[in-house]
Amino acid sequence: MLRSSQPLTGPNRKRCREDEMLLGTILDEGERGFIIDTRSAQAAKQARMTGGGTEPKSSYPQWRRLHRPLERGRPLQESFIKLVEACNDTSINMDRWLSRLESCRWLSHVKAALSTACLAAQCMDREEASVLVHGAEGTDTTLLVTALAQVILDPSCRTLEGFQGLLEREWIEAGHPFHLRCARSAYSHARLKQEAPLFLLFLDCVWQLSRQFPFSLEFGECLLLTLFDNAYASAYGTFLCNNEKERPPCLCKVRESTHSLWAWLNQPGEKKKYLNPLYSHNALVIWPSVEPQSIQLWQGLFFRWVRSSQYLDEAWAETQRLVEDN
Amino acid sequence: VLHSQISSIEKQATTATGCPLLIRCKNFQVIQLVIPQERDCHDVYISLIRLARPVKYEELYCFSFNPKLDKEEREQGWKLVDLNEEYNRMGIPNNYWQISDVNRDYGVCDSYPTEVYVPKSATAHIIVGSSKFRSRRRFPALSYYCKDNNASICRSSQPLSGFSARCLEDEQMLQAIRKANPGSDFIYVVDTRPKLNAMANRAAGKGYENEDNYSNIKFQFIGIENIHVMRNSLQKMLEVCELKSPSMSDFLWGLENSGWLKHIKAIMDAGIFIAKAVAEEGVSVLVHCSDGWDRTAQVCSVASLLLDPYYRTMKGFMVLIEKDWVSFGHKFNHRYGNLDGDPKEISPVIDQFIECVWQLMEQFPCAFEFNERFLIHIQHHIYSCQFGNFLCNSQKERRELKIQERTYSLWAHLWKNRCDYLNPLYRSDHSQTQGTLHPQMAPCNFLYKFWSGMYNRFEKGLHPRQSVTDYLMAVKEETQQLEEELEVLGERLANLQKSQLNDNKVKSKQQDRSKQLGLSTSNNSLANTPQEYSNDLKSFPSRSPSQGDEEDSALILTQDNLKSSDPDLSANSDQESGVEDLSCRSPSGGGCLPSEDSGKDSDEAVFLAV
Repeated sequence: MLRSSQPLTGPNRKRCREDEMLLGTILDEGERGFIIDTRSAQAAKQARMTGGGTEPKSSYPQWRRLHRPLERGRPLQESFIKLVEACNDTSINMDRWLSRLESCRWLSHVKAALSTACLAAQCMDREEASVLVHGAEGTDTTLLVTALAQVILDPSCRTLEGFQGLLEREWIEAGHPFHLRCARSAYSHARLKQEAPLFLLFLDCVWQLSRQFPFSLEFGECLLLTLFDNAYASAYGTFLCNNEKERPPCLCKVRESTHSLWAWLNQPGEKKKYLNPLYSHNALVIWPSVEPQSIQLWQGLFFRWVRSSQYLDEAWAETQRLVEDN
Repeated sequence: VLHSQISSIEKQATTATGCPLLIRCKNFQVIQLVIPQERDCHDVYISLIRLARPVKYEELYCFSFNPKLDKEEREQGWKLVDLNEEYNRMGIPNNYWQISDVNRDYGVCDSYPTEVYVPKSATAHIIVGSSKFRSRRRFPALSYYCKDNNASICRSSQPLSGFSARCLEDEQMLQAIRKANPGSDFIYVVDTRPKLNAMANRAAGKGYENEDNYSNIKFQFIGIENIHVMRNSLQKMLEVCELKSPSMSDFLWGLENSGWLKHIKAIMDAGIFIAKAVAEEGVSVLVHCSDGWDRTAQVCSVASLLLDPYYRTMKGFMVLIEKDWVSFGHKFNHRYGNLDGDPKEISPVIDQFIECVWQLMEQFPCAFEFNERFLIHIQHHIYSCQFGNFLCNSQKERRELKIQERTYSLWAHLWKNRCDYLNPLYRSDHSQTQGTLHPQMAPCNFLYKFWSGMYNRFEKGLHPRQSVTDYLMAVKEETQQLEEELEVLGERLANLQKSQLNDNKVKSKQQDRSKQLGLSTSNNSLANTPQEYSNDLKSFPSRSPSQGDEEDSALILTQDNLKSSDPDLSANSDQESGVEDLSCRSPSGGGCLPSEDSGKDSDEAVFLAV
């Protein structure tokens, strides 16, 4: 699985031999690969006007392009804001709750993200083909897809350690601009242009996987909530800045002056909180159901401050106790 | 599939492969049979329709079902749930409540049981007089008594008050109920209907209690819709379930449009109101609807469940259903179509109650002794007519048919298999299991989830492959076994040490724990297969790269393709994961048969899929 940003085809259909060669070396003679473009075909075509575009069939004959539009940017942030508003609205009647939920579109985004990641995984696991994922910039929906696909495909990404490695690799080092994307969250009126909850969408998708495969992830909801918190506001430097260039040592001296979240999480005393007592290594690929019935609203996150989680926490504690007693 | 489970049969348009028959079941299974010849299809259709609509009780399965038990075992089975014992457990009879035999020959009310519990100060004269002023003669009688504060939940039907009629005995009856609770100087009268419906009933000579006429009552409408609205609501929800590859929007809109969860919440809110009145205010409540056998039953049993942890145990739950549904004359036959009858009487009343219980289980995972499977199997058997508990419309009819001598009790069957129905997170000493349950009332719309375990029960692809409940039960059992073993070994060690052998080679067998917990290490059982992940349905034209710059469409993995490329499937001994699981969820589009789990009770006629 590869990731990139969009090719700069432009309105004159420019070609780049090096790029074609690079993609060519991935595939053997007669082999086929898939390009998953996270923009709609129309948006991708339009991108040509501003210097971007798609990989033309003629120049990349072994690659088949699939378009799977995923929401990003302002619309995704709006979706998030609307959802949080709905969750906090005490006046909604049961009559209107579901349509209000629907109008936020958040769950549709979860479904789309999971479906696309599964498609990428299917290409690799079932078709045994290589996959290139890109959107426009390669820093948002691209990373969402590649990271999720790895959780689906690779059991080592489902361990606590492996998952941390995945986050480092596919989000932090890959250059997801955390500083811009995770600025104010859902309550700010600022409506910053660059803000968008892609990382939260990723965490939500992982939560859906943990619900559908309760034995297959080594970590629990608590870890996901902690990651969400720290992406927006953290005592640690892990999610600071926008990319590696900004981190050490040039701009921020992040590694020298801050502590790593991973170091904190991995301490034996802390770690226990984040582990899933039901975990048992599952060497197989986990294929989630993306039917609407299977995708639920992440109550633990969206209703965290609205309703008590006491009874669910007690159930979790009881589960831990049963497993530990054994 | 038992014939009694068949809800409807639809002949669909003939296709190239044959004539499809779509069979919808009362337990929400949907089956499509494709029969090559049209004439045969028609024969099957006509036969199934006749078989699914029995005319006589004797046609029902329970009269021929033979679990190979002797007469005594059958009798014992029926004795498992004893309502007299239950009222004793509540603390009755006592200074305030007594058992009355006024209905011993069903002479006062033929849909009530022979034994009813009434306030001490309610004489036979008052009871009879009150019954004449109540729809179907269903006079106020005790459903639940809280011995801690003497508050009670009573139930009845609507009074025949019209616009201005009064009845001294009925007013005395309510006073008697109030007097039976010295801790409060008034009672609540809760009419579970919407106000408009209740008012409309007045024109027909019925209606509701006028606060001016009945001293010391506080009257309250709750607003739960009637059986026709509920029947339609379920119908609409099932239509949503049958949508092929619905979007999130389709699903959420459809679900809201059905109103189903709204109704569930209404029933729950009513139960919460009553539980609060009893537990927090110490005030008695009289509940009724129109006839006092649908909404009244739902609301009283939800309230009891919230109030008393006993009803959250397996035995207690059976007792609850026996008390508020069976003994109080809920019309099982009419509502669930044991026999062919008026389709307008059919309504998912007890299904809604069972769902309320599930919703509570989701909010309070440690509070119930039983698990989801218990609820699903009970629902299944209400419709299956394999056991005699839920036949007919009243205790009177069941006794006339000699049900207990000719059929078997579901409760005994479930009790025998109770290990399958336990909730591993339940501990009787847990804080969640004790005392009253306090579900959040508002804002909590989001707490009501769609119960895919029930309404998509047979769609394997939608549910987690492994059951957490089963796994934790296995863990719990194993821990117990190991602890017992440890004890035994400990004793043995002590003995050996005592006898002072020279050779101190005491080897305690180290069992391989992971082997015993078969579930966790068996990775094969976790194998699952991908569904169709694309939105658009155009298929891949060919394997070779296509021409031009067109947008490529859906990647459809054909069945052949999958069979060969997935090594996991062939190694998998799990019956579930066959190729049938894939691609089509709903028969209306695809034509595959949903595959069933091998049931736990596979030696019986009916497979009960988890």
